[in-house]
Amino acid sequence: MSIILDHVNYIYGQGSAYEAYALKDISLEIKDGQFIGIIGHTGSGKSTLIQHLNGLLRATSGSIYYNGEDIYDDGYDMRTLRSKVGLVFQYPEHQLFETTILADVCFGPMNQGLDKNAAELRAFEALHSAGIPEELFDQSPFDLSGGQKRRVAVAGVLAMKPEILILDEPTAGLDPKGRDEILDRLAKLHAEKHITVVLVSHSMEDVAKYVERIIVMNQGSVMYDDSPKNVFRYYRELEQVGLAAPQVTYLMHELREKGYAVSTDVTTVAEAKQEILQAMQIGLPKEL
Amino acid sequence: MLRDITIGQYYPTGSVMHRMDPRVKLFGTLVFLISVFVYRGIVGLAVVTLFLAGVIGISRVPFRYMIRGLRAILVLMLITALFNLFLTPGEVLFSFWKLKITEEGLICAVRMAIRLTYLILGTSLMTLTTTPNQLTDGLEKSLGPLRRLRVPVHEISMIMSIALRFIPILTEETDKIMKAQMARGASFDDGNIIKKAKSLIPLLVPLFISAFRRANDLAMAMEARCYHGGEGRTKMKPLRYQGIDRAAYTVLVLYLLLLIALRVLL
Ligand SMILES: Nc1ncnc2c1ncn2[C@@H]1O[C@H](COP(=O)(O)OP(=O)(O)O)[C@@H](O)[C@H]1O
Ligand SMILES: [Mg+2]
Repeated sequence: MSIILDHVNYIYGQGSAYEAYALKDISLEIKDGQFIGIIGHTGSGKSTLIQHLNGLLRATSGSIYYNGEDIYDDGYDMRTLRSKVGLVFQYPEHQLFETTILADVCFGPMNQGLDKNAAELRAFEALHSAGIPEELFDQSPFDLSGGQKRRVAVAGVLAMKPEILILDEPTAGLDPKGRDEILDRLAKLHAEKHITVVLVSHSMEDVAKYVERIIVMNQGSVMYDDSPKNVFRYYRELEQVGLAAPQVTYLMHELREKGYAVSTDVTTVAEAKQEILQAMQIGLPKEL
Repeated sequence: MLRDITIGQYYPTGSVMHRMDPRVKLFGTLVFLISVFVYRGIVGLAVVTLFLAGVIGISRVPFRYMIRGLRAILVLMLITALFNLFLTPGEVLFSFWKLKITEEGLICAVRMAIRLTYLILGTSLMTLTTTPNQLTDGLEKSLGPLRRLRVPVHEISMIMSIALRFIPILTEETDKIMKAQMARGASFDDGNIIKKAKSLIPLLVPLFISAFRRANDLAMAMEARCYHGGEGRTKMKPLRYQGIDRAAYTVLVLYLLLLIALRVLL
């Protein structure tokens, strides 16, 4: 069970004055149960890439396989694909349209052909995992706070019970509290329900704490595809393409340069704390 | 999908045409439209065609790209041509069943098709070589004298330029919302007409909300910068005629005179 991209290219507005080569020869595999971060500077092709995964954009050349089947085959059911690969767009709260939160979240399941009761059941479940309190279910989605609206929109996709959940910059424009809430919810979903999660972001800080694999995009190509630890080793190269490793990476490198026996491979603040405490117990470097 | 419409789109090539003053191009379009209706005879047609071909050449907009814009009005052209072909009285060329094709009808149909094609090519050439902002600037300046008659020229052109500016933004927004709803299993193209109309609700509601939000933001931003209408307003890039613009005016006037002369003499 996986998505495989095989030499995928995509050009916007082919044949017009505004041709833009957005994806160049992308080959990668997204395995079941992974928690993946896609990182890249604005315009690097992240959004374009993920819209290929559920067939909203059709590759100019190359093929995409979902569970071994070529999604560009004649007669391949795109609608089923779209309910298996749930895609949450950037600023998903802009797509809310129903009069109540519950009805809006029901939109996806109803499109899947479920009856009203079954759809509402799904909506309840999804809204719970998104952390929306039940007394809000009958209110208008337009009265919510920014962070809540976004979580309702995520619930709208979750209610379709996708096998893979892809989110395009889910933390853009949220305050730190809203950001942590949404990322913690996603981590919980991944841990408890074992769905594959693909998180698109331009902030390493967001992603480092959660994901097991990072795909770095630069100008339409995959630049690195590895574990966070290995990707952050290239922190100087990342800077050149407008990205930055998490702050702890810089801290650990500087400590190392000063002669402390710390590992530079840590990616989160908690790990860094452990490393530093350990190094302190061993003692200060001789020359200081 | 909405990107196929080329009428009203800007196509940058950096040619002389693109750098010309928008007022010249407005005047030129007007002259060309008049010429398409005044020309007479095969010589007149040749002059108009040469002129159009020359201008398209100077603009460096690919001809294939211009032709694409014609597809949008193909149906209209066919209908006009058919009506002309069958409904013009005169010398009968062929007839079958109750339909007659007359010589006059044939000539009329061809002439009409040529006129429509040239009209579209001529006007789309203007929008292809002029940004919407330049266009409204040109209009505002050209219509300036109407201000004496208390016509709110500045306001009208401001409304126009904002509207034009918002077309691509809203097109993009429509595309995005459509995709977002499709990701939730919506489909916009199956079912009967009532089902189709209903399927537009998840698209139109967010689109309207977003349009109002954007309008509100824009109004706020304009007010924050003390916008108060046209009174005493100066331009960052005031329109000024260059040598090339004067040359273009001369060519345009000569062109029009030539056609009128041809019409009178032939
Ligand atoms: N609808 C579109 N039409 C034309 N070009 C586009 C469109 N969407 C994106 N692009 C271009 O494709 C490139 C990749 O964009 P995108 O995938 O949105 O990047 P990201 O999500 O990483 O910011 C950019 O250069 C962008 O300008
Ligand atoms: Mg993006």
